[in-house]
Formats: sequence, C-alpha cells, structure tokens
Amino acid sequence: MSASAPPAVARRRPRSFVGLGFTAPFLLVFAFVLITPVVYSLYLSLFRDRLIGGRSFVGLSNYGHVLGDPKFWDGLGRVGLFLAVQVPIMLGLALVAALAIDSGRLRGASFFRMSVFLPYAVPGVVAVLMWGFMYGDQFGLAANLNDLIGSDVFRPMTPPWILVAIGNIVTWEFVGYNMLIFYSALRSIPHDLYEAAALDGAGSLRVVRSIKLPSLRPAIAIATIFSIIGSFQLFNEPNILRTLIPSVISTYFTPNMYAYNLSFVGQQYAYAATIAIVMGVVTAVIAYVVQLRGNREARS
Amino acid sequence: MSAAVTDSGIAPRGTPGGRGTRRRRVTIAGASPRAHPVGITGGPSNRLTIVMALFTVYTLLPLAWLLINATKTQQALFSSFGLWFSGPFAFVDNVRQVFAFDDGIFVRWLGNTLLYVVAGAGGATVLATFAGYGLAKYDFPGKRAVFGVVLGAIAIPGTALAVPTFLMFSQLGLTNTIWAIIVPSLVSPFGLYLIWVYAVDAVPYEILEAARIDGSGEWRTFFTISVRMLAPGIVTVLLFAVVATWNNYFLPLIMLSDPNLFPLTIGLQQWNLRATGVSASPIYNLVITGSVLAIVPIVVLFLFLQRYWQSGLAAGSVKA
Repeated sequence: MSASAPPAVARRRPRSFVGLGFTAPFLLVFAFVLITPVVYSLYLSLFRDRLIGGRSFVGLSNYGHVLGDPKFWDGLGRVGLFLAVQVPIMLGLALVAALAIDSGRLRGASFFRMSVFLPYAVPGVVAVLMWGFMYGDQFGLAANLNDLIGSDVFRPMTPPWILVAIGNIVTWEFVGYNMLIFYSALRSIPHDLYEAAALDGAGSLRVVRSIKLPSLRPAIAIATIFSIIGSFQLFNEPNILRTLIPSVISTYFTPNMYAYNLSFVGQQYAYAATIAIVMGVVTAVIAYVVQLRGNREARS
Repeated sequence: MSAAVTDSGIAPRGTPGGRGTRRRRVTIAGASPRAHPVGITGGPSNRLTIVMALFTVYTLLPLAWLLINATKTQQALFSSFGLWFSGPFAFVDNVRQVFAFDDGIFVRWLGNTLLYVVAGAGGATVLATFAGYGLAKYDFPGKRAVFGVVLGAIAIPGTALAVPTFLMFSQLGLTNTIWAIIVPSLVSPFGLYLIWVYAVDAVPYEILEAARIDGSGEWRTFFTISVRMLAPGIVTVLLFAVVATWNNYFLPLIMLSDPNLFPLTIGLQQWNLRATGVSASPIYNLVITGSVLAIVPIVVLFLFLQRYWQSGLAAGSVKA
C-alpha cells in the first residue's frame, strides 16, 4: 500500500499476454480515433485541393505556405499572447486558492472548495453564452454598470478588450480545476513534515515556502502543460462569441478557428490539415521545453 | 523531500518507458493522507476568509446571474438590472416553454446528451479501467511502446485532430450518426493514466497472488476483487469523462448537421443564433433557462459523488 513499496515486487509479476488482453480494447479504439487521423492528416498535408482539377500531390509546399501565411501568424501570435498572460494569472489564482483552502485557517473550507470548483462543471457553451450576455450592452451587467456611472467605459466586446474578455471566461471555467489539482497534491504531503516544521518553530509562510511549494512543483508542471495545450487549442470561446460579434472576431482569430473555417467553410481540407499538424508540433515542442525546464529546476 | 515522495510511483517498479518514465513523477496521495488540514500557527483567519469569499463571488456570480435571469420574461430581460429579480416570476413558464418549443426538441437534445454520456463516458471509463489495470499489474510484450504512445497522446491537441477525424469519418459514412460522437469519446488517455497510477497502490500484488493460488483466473479476480479496490479511481475517471462528454461542443459541431442528433450544447447555441440574421427572433429567455437545465444534472452529480472523486483525484494527483 505504501508509496515506497519495495521494487522487488515487480519481479514477481507474471509476464504474459493477460495484460495485453486487458489493454487491447483501449488500444484498438485508440488506434482508430487517434493514430489513424494523425497519419491521415500527415498524408493529406502533402496534397492540395483545387476547385478545378481536384486534389494533386504538392510535397511539402503546404508547410511552406503555412509558415508564410500572415493569417496563421496572426492567430498564433494571439494565442501566444493569451498564453503568456492568462495562464500565469489563472494558475496563480488557483495556487493561492488551493493554499488557502489547505491552510486550515479558513472558515468553511469545504464550501470554498466546492464553490471555486463549480464552474468547471458548467458546459463551456453555457459559460460563454452566460458571460457573453453579461458582457453585452443590451441587457448585460456591462450595460448596467455603464448606466450606473453614466459612461460607456465597460465594453468588453470591442476589439481592445475582446482578448481580456475571453481570458476572463477561460480563467473562470478552469481556475477550479487547477485549484483541485494543486489541492490534491497538497493533501498528499506527509503529516510528519508539518510536525517537524512546527518543532523547528516555522511559521505558516515559511511552511508554504519550504514545504508546500516545493512539493507542488510536479503538480504545477502538469497544470502548466495542460494549460499550454488548452491555450493553443483555443476555439470554443472565441467561436461562440463570434456569433454575437462577427465584426470583432475574425475567422482566423486563433489557428484552430482558422483551420476550422478553412475546412468547413472553404473546403480547403489539405491546407487545414497542415495547419493542424504545425500547431500540434508547436504545442508538443513548447510543452516539452516547459517540462524540461521544470525538471531542471526540480533537480537544482 | 519531494523526490522521496514523488519518485515512488510507477517508475521505480520497473515500469518500462525508459527515459520518459524516469522523468515522470507520480505522487501517491493515498499513502498517508492527513485526516484534517493542518494549520501550523493560529486558528481561523478572518482576513483569509474574506479574501476567499471575494474570490467565491467571482466564481458564483455568473451562476447567480443565470439563475436570476431564468426567472424573467423575454421583455423583462431587456428592461431590468441583471442581478436582481424583475417583472413576473416566469421561471416555471420559461421551463414549460423550453420543453414545448419546436415540438419539444429540447427533450430530444437532452436524450441525445444522455445517450452520448452513457455510451461515451461509460465506455471510456470501462476501456480506461481495463487498460490502466492491465498496464499497472502485468508485464507483456510491447508495454513500453504502449506507455510512450499513450502518454504522448495526452499532449496531442484534441481539436487538432478534428478535421482529419471528420474527413476519415465522412469517408466511412459515419458523420451525422451517433457513432461520430460516441466512438471518439471512448478514448481517454488521461483516464487510463489515472487508473494506472491508482491501481499501482490500490491493488496489492499479494492479493492477486493469493487469488491465483486459490485458482481464480485473472479476469475473475479482476471482476470480483480488483474492481472494488479501484472504485474511487473509477468514479473519478467516470465523473471527468461525464463532464467531458456532457460539455462536448467541438466534435458534435463538426460531425452533426441533423438537429435531431444534436446534444444540448449545440442545440442551445442554435437557439442563441436565432437572435441574429435576417429573420431574427430572439428567444434569450429560453437560452438562459435551457442553460440552467443543462447545468443542474452535472452539478448535482458532482455534489453527490464528492467524497469519491475527491479521494480518487488525491490518489491520482498527477504530475508529468
């Protein structure tokens, strides 16, 4: 049961096909819905769709086009900015909330834990509709606020603010999920460490700095990687808001929206597949670099 | 210290995976959970409580806005302050309208969502449980490759696959069928990972060995003994799979064009779209009330199963 069970146990494990039997059903579906589409999109990216003449082999030239496509870079720059600003804010809030709930110095900690987590259970579509209404100048809170102070400063659905507005929605949706990851990791810190710290006369902040934060490092790494992946995939929130304000959010607002609109509006499937692959590679590289850095810090 | 605790998961047990594995660390929380939160100094802090209360206002305010506005008529929505009640109390009437609108299409969407959740999330949990258990408790040829591929898959942007998946499914004639939603939902690499991590500690080898000596087959042991030990992990995976399928938007958006197959998420967005375009006839009151109805079941589920998923998540409390 213990986390430090002797590794010798492993040697007693039967090496047979029983384990493969347990794993096979997953692997079959996995191959069908994950591996095959990846291979298929790699294949597609080598062709070009033309209105006249159909599909023709073009080698790697789609990749060249993507790398020289200002719309692609526009979207990539936007999600990059989003990532650099929104992710640290969201994870910072989640971290503070987790530390507060775990501190034992909060009245009604379980109420707070549930309340902070609750937005995660709200369907993304509903979250965006809800915030979209609240942002709106028809019957939203932004309109109410503007009426109240007799101006129109609060206009979240206009170009200068739209990225902030989207960042707020994403933060609201996922701060509780990340809080829970951190909180779970905090709960796994052995009790005796705290007792030792108390004997040494360490205060709360000192415990946070010397025990809790170091123990949270792996959890922070995984939350960061998931958030990076999420940011690069940004689609639902801008795409739904776009139906309310088509003039503010372009069809290539994020790379994912660009790929979506290319294939389902423009029928340019091969080019869309190429963008998807490039984004997959970019995401994997950045997630990998972050993980490497995290590990180096953990070692030092 | 972190190394001592976190290095204990899958890697040192000789799980294959080479370089990748050694770098991955897993915290096994179930090992020595604290019964109560520990405060080193002082009792409850008012300042901290107030800060958290403000934060809670942020997380709950939109939900309050939604509930309050679900009680308003379409007219009252436009003429009233968003955070307080106004006009006749129309919630019951709104609910009635939601269910009656368009010959009760909302009921159809609700049924579709339930079907996708039961088949998709249920199936995903079963597959992840089998596979995670198989990987945690047995050695078999090719296990190292499975490890690498599945962990790599966690990092693949799901939506990046959407376009090729759509094209592939359309060649197979699967688009615009329920299978286009259910089949891709069946795979949860993260769920597999969680069960794997959980099973390493939750199911002791001694028990499997004892069952073997008693002449029980591996599958029988799994169904009669191991499943029960894995229960908190399974509930956790199930809950998160339920949320993922209940909230699924992108996949049905690209796969489905027949409104009779829509889940709630797509349906609500379609209603919302009625407010724009040439023949605009907004039904915001129905969108808002429908949203409330779409949230309630999932929130209730989370509240009821709180004890299970919190212990399951603690045990899986995962790190890369």
